[in-house]
Amino acid sequence: MHIVVCIKQVPDSAQIRVHPVTNTIMRQGVPTIINPYDLFALEEALRLKDRFGASVTALCMGPPTASESLRKALTFGADRAVLLTDRYFAGSDTLATSYALSMALTRIGADYGTPEIVFTGKQTIDGDTAQVGPGIASRLGLNQLTYISRIVETDLDAGRITVERRAETGTQVLETRLPVLVTMLEATNTMRRGTVEQALSAARAEIVTWNAADVGIEDLTKCGLRGSPTIVKKVFAPTARTDKAEIVSNEGSAETRANALIDALFARAPGVEDDLYARAVHHYV
Amino acid sequence: MANVEDKFDAIVVGAGPSGNAAAYTMAREGLNVLQIERGEYAGSKNVQGAILYADALEKIIPEFRDEAPLERHVIEQRMWTMDDTSHTGMHYRSSDFNEAKPNRYTILRAQFDKWFSSKVKEAGALVLCETTVTELVKDLTGTVIGVRTDRQGNPIYADVVVLAEGVNGLVGQRSGLREEVAADSVALAVKEMHFLPRETIEARFNLKGNEGVVIEAMGTITKGMTGTGFLYTNEESISVGIGCIVSDFAQSQVSPSELLEAFKAHPSIAPLIEGAEVKEYAAHLIPEGGYKAIPQLTGEGWIVVGDAGQFVNAVHREGSNLAMTTGRLAAETVVRLHRLGEEMSARNLKDYETRLEASFVMKDLKKYKGIPALLHRNKGTFFGAYPRLISQAMQTWFRVDGVDKKSKEQAILRNFRQTRTLRGLIGDAWSVARAWR
Amino acid sequence: MAEETRPAPARAGGRANTKKELPEHFKAYKHVWVAVEIEHGEVHSVSFELLGEGRKLADKRGVELAAVVMGDDREALGAAASACFEYGADCVYIACDPALRHYRNETSTRVLTDLVNTYQPEILLLGATNLGRDLAGSVATTLKTGLTADSTELAIDEEGSLAATRPTFGGSLLCTIFTLNFRPQMATVRPRVMAMPERCEGRTGRIVEFAPQIVEEEVVTKVLSFIADRDSDKAALPYADVVVAGGLGLGSAENFRLVRELAEVLGAEYGGSRPLVQKGWITADRQIGQTGKTIRPKLYIAAGISGAIQHRVGVEGADVIVAINTDPAAPIFEFAHLGIVADAVTLLPALTQAFARRLRVNKMAS
Ligand SMILES: Cc1cc2nc3c(=O)[nH]c(=O)nc-3n(C[C@H](O)[C@H](O)[C@H](O)COP(=O)(O)OP(=O)(O)OC[C@H]3O[C@@H](n4cnc5c(N)ncnc54)[C@H](O)[C@@H]3O)c2cc1C
Ligand SMILES: Cc1cc2nc3c(=O)[nH]c(=O)nc-3n(C[C@H](O)[C@H](O)[C@H](O)COP(=O)(O)OP(=O)(O)OC[C@H]3O[C@@H](n4cnc5c(N)ncnc54)[C@H](O)[C@@H]3O)c2cc1C
Ligand SMILES: Nc1ncnc2c1ncn2[C@@H]1O[C@H](COP(=O)(O)O)[C@@H](O)[C@H]1O
Repeated sequence: MHIVVCIKQVPDSAQIRVHPVTNTIMRQGVPTIINPYDLFALEEALRLKDRFGASVTALCMGPPTASESLRKALTFGADRAVLLTDRYFAGSDTLATSYALSMALTRIGADYGTPEIVFTGKQTIDGDTAQVGPGIASRLGLNQLTYISRIVETDLDAGRITVERRAETGTQVLETRLPVLVTMLEATNTMRRGTVEQALSAARAEIVTWNAADVGIEDLTKCGLRGSPTIVKKVFAPTARTDKAEIVSNEGSAETRANALIDALFARAPGVEDDLYARAVHHYV
Repeated sequence: MANVEDKFDAIVVGAGPSGNAAAYTMAREGLNVLQIERGEYAGSKNVQGAILYADALEKIIPEFRDEAPLERHVIEQRMWTMDDTSHTGMHYRSSDFNEAKPNRYTILRAQFDKWFSSKVKEAGALVLCETTVTELVKDLTGTVIGVRTDRQGNPIYADVVVLAEGVNGLVGQRSGLREEVAADSVALAVKEMHFLPRETIEARFNLKGNEGVVIEAMGTITKGMTGTGFLYTNEESISVGIGCIVSDFAQSQVSPSELLEAFKAHPSIAPLIEGAEVKEYAAHLIPEGGYKAIPQLTGEGWIVVGDAGQFVNAVHREGSNLAMTTGRLAAETVVRLHRLGEEMSARNLKDYETRLEASFVMKDLKKYKGIPALLHRNKGTFFGAYPRLISQAMQTWFRVDGVDKKSKEQAILRNFRQTRTLRGLIGDAWSVARAWR
Repeated sequence: MAEETRPAPARAGGRANTKKELPEHFKAYKHVWVAVEIEHGEVHSVSFELLGEGRKLADKRGVELAAVVMGDDREALGAAASACFEYGADCVYIACDPALRHYRNETSTRVLTDLVNTYQPEILLLGATNLGRDLAGSVATTLKTGLTADSTELAIDEEGSLAATRPTFGGSLLCTIFTLNFRPQMATVRPRVMAMPERCEGRTGRIVEFAPQIVEEEVVTKVLSFIADRDSDKAALPYADVVVAGGLGLGSAENFRLVRELAEVLGAEYGGSRPLVQKGWITADRQIGQTGKTIRPKLYIAAGISGAIQHRVGVEGADVIVAINTDPAAPIFEFAHLGIVADAVTLLPALTQAFARRLRVNKMAS
């Protein structure tokens, strides 16, 4: 069994600052991390590896420094890491990204065996679109399973997989045929810590590095800025909310303060008051 | 898969400047080196902005200026004595510092350490991050033969372990190689990064291009404790911090963050950082015990470098250069023994101490060996009374109020004498001079 | 691999896309569409919000507003279509087929792309829900057009193009995105970002029936079952209307009980910040924030939570945020609507009691 996990290296959003004048992102000193959502995908892949002895390949498109994130994926226990890097990829939107990644996946399939499952995270914390996974699935014709909270069963012989998928008002239990693309829901598992041996071999590992030509991309107009139908025309800072929290007085007994807080709440949001009453009617019957 | 039989020529614990210098030097000479760092990456635990002294790094990576992430080269040093409302400054600014190979730079440690670490990897060392060395592994004779980490799995073995773990020296302590660091020989420094557009920084400090300013300050800002405040200009940020001896903090009950808040609010500092976005509050220890606090540096299969060996010149605020130099010297010792096929025994590793004695590191630390104790003994005077006096004197002198200059001179002198008897004053001068010598 | 089906327009190098050169074959694309989200017979309110917004765009462009409804129950679809008219649609495309009983990516993508290729809308809007984002991603990729995800603002610029504004970098910045050279221009919009439009009773319009060409046997993915949240004991945080959460400020696992008790009285879900999961005070499925659940309740009460950016992005969609924190400078007060600088450990029990008393009184009155 072969599993590929797409991971993206992103700037740690907690550390992002916006230049007050130019409204550009100040990246100085901002550390990069593996997109946190992708760790749920990677851990799920590693669990399948534990169960089925699968081999896990981590794939990342990004600048050469993104190899750090890939190395980290190896430390957790991935078996192989592929970095897709080329200056032609700069400025890719989701369509161009999914194009480049699907070309890399095709080459990964040719070189290391066709993956039964391609994982992505739910979304990234910089782009936040949740589109790259579905994009890859439709380009490669993989059955698309998004927002998966649990992999119930994987039957390799029958080539089938059963999963639980988070829908709007409940959980769908879906069954489909491999190969699939799974975008893993957040908070569904906890990333493990690799062993000394895994950490050592990760530190030693060669990161396979491919450029556009290596994955068979001939038409560069499908890549990067040129291959991106969306155009970012304006970037600006949100107008700071001037209305900071209305602070309720902290005078008096706990009871007085609690009532003051509720009064303020109901005054501010009468809808909430009605709603709570309506719920309470259910609640106390 | 790594093999259980895996054995390295050397394991370096820590990826700060000392560990990086040691690992780089050994790896470049072809040794099979493993470096272990507990942070997410080299530098991730070192968020402070800092001054980099070019010389020590140049001896290791001569062409570092072409690649290292440097912020600004320092062209101006301001030494301030502060009371609550004023500062008296000695400023030295020289365009000579705009030289082809500048002497000092401001850096952001997180980025600099990361770069240095990439050089270590390029040189061929293996670097394991997010891994904490928990203890040293010894054989029956007590010789250190490897390390154990907080990851599951086997110990990792090596001929020699270089302890570059920083000021706490926990691994060394836990393994019985050294004592706990005394509270009166370490300072706790707290620091913040204040982000501002580069144009604002350049306007406020009168800088062009990559020129930078360093301010070092002492006085009532430390509320009678032994310590100093500092401010460095980086490219798009200003590092502001203040540090005092840990035992003083314990005694005074003043909290470090309180101290930093007061320092930032000081009328001489506040306008420099006004409007900045604050990120990254960090606290870190600095060894300040000087020569007398240096622990045992070598033993059977182990060797200590950098802050772990207390190699900091507190008076001149030099640390990373001593760290890099000691890391290099230790590495050179190991490389030599390795070449000769000699054991990494306590006796053979003593060669490191000989090298240290011959270098500026030990010479400087010996020269200032009396200072830490002196400052500590007289902290009330040095960090309270004198700064106030100096400030008052300046004010008396510069305020034009119809009083004649001679009376002003006398008032100043009287003021000095009242606070500290003439004998006290002379005594202070003598002790400083003696300690300096 | 499915490859480009449509020749890309010839363009010069560099930032060629930034100029509008709509290829000839796209010029026929007209009208604004909303793909309506129906789960188990119910229309998601985001679809009506989109119709309200779509109406404005269509009027600005001088074109029609159409809705697309898909499902297997013709009667239910008819009712949904009526609602769409009442919320502003001029036209409703109805795709009715047994294979569309449950939402599935495969079938819905097929139907929606077929519809788009047949009727050629210039703008296509979907809700940024799990369903909408699942569908929009595949449809946009299949059509090879641009998609602006999770928009918070939509407008038509002077040249008549869709300008979709969305947060990026966790909300530290906003950007306005265009799809100039491809059609349709697609965007998803988060629920409750746009106002619910007035419902105009009795308003009606044109219905277009569309017969999907789906053979169920050929559909690979099967829905084995559906476990509705109301039948499940799992934390249904993302969809709860009222959420009470605690953070490290509570001081101990024991004190977390105070959060649960308040939640109990309010009939709310409870959750917490990430450190609580790491400390084992709560289970991972109750973590709220960037790497936990994103919630969008009508009321969110946060006790002893500092409001770090990773927590903030998960709760910002709440209608009303109430913060209880001892530190007046805590970042949570920057985005909460209502706050009290107080010790949560003493205030929470009082709040629980006060709510219980008030709500019970009301119950008896009603
Ligand atoms: C606020 C402040 C400002 C300073 N300013 C300056 C300045 O301007 N100029 C200057 O020259 N010096 C300055 N110094 C001093 C300088 O930072 C130190 O002297 C220097 O960093 C010492 O380097 P080192 O490699 O010995 O230790 P460190 O830089 O402390 O590195 C030790 C490394 O070891 C790692 N480690 C520790 N234990 C373990 C373990 N068990 N397992 C694995 N890894 C471990 C740590 O994570 C760390 O990365 C300053 C210090 C402070 C605190
Ligand atoms: C990649 C990444 C992903 C993350 N994802 C998430 C995420 O999904 N969700 C999340 O929550 N965090 C996340 N975090 C962590 C986040 O950065 C913060 O560390 C975390 O939210 C802080 O939790 P807290 O507010 O409970 O604790 P603290 O930040 O410690 O805040 C405790 C607060 O309680 C107040 N307080 C103390 N005592 C009392 C009292 N008696 N009464 C009232 N108030 C009191 C304090 O003033 C303080 O404001 C993530 C971090 C990273 C790096
Ligand atoms: N540059 C990239 N390299 C690898 N994987 C990516 C990249 N961009 C996005 N992904 C994957 O696609 C998912 C969704 O990303 P996004 O659509 O940007 O929110 C992420 O969680 C990743 O798994």
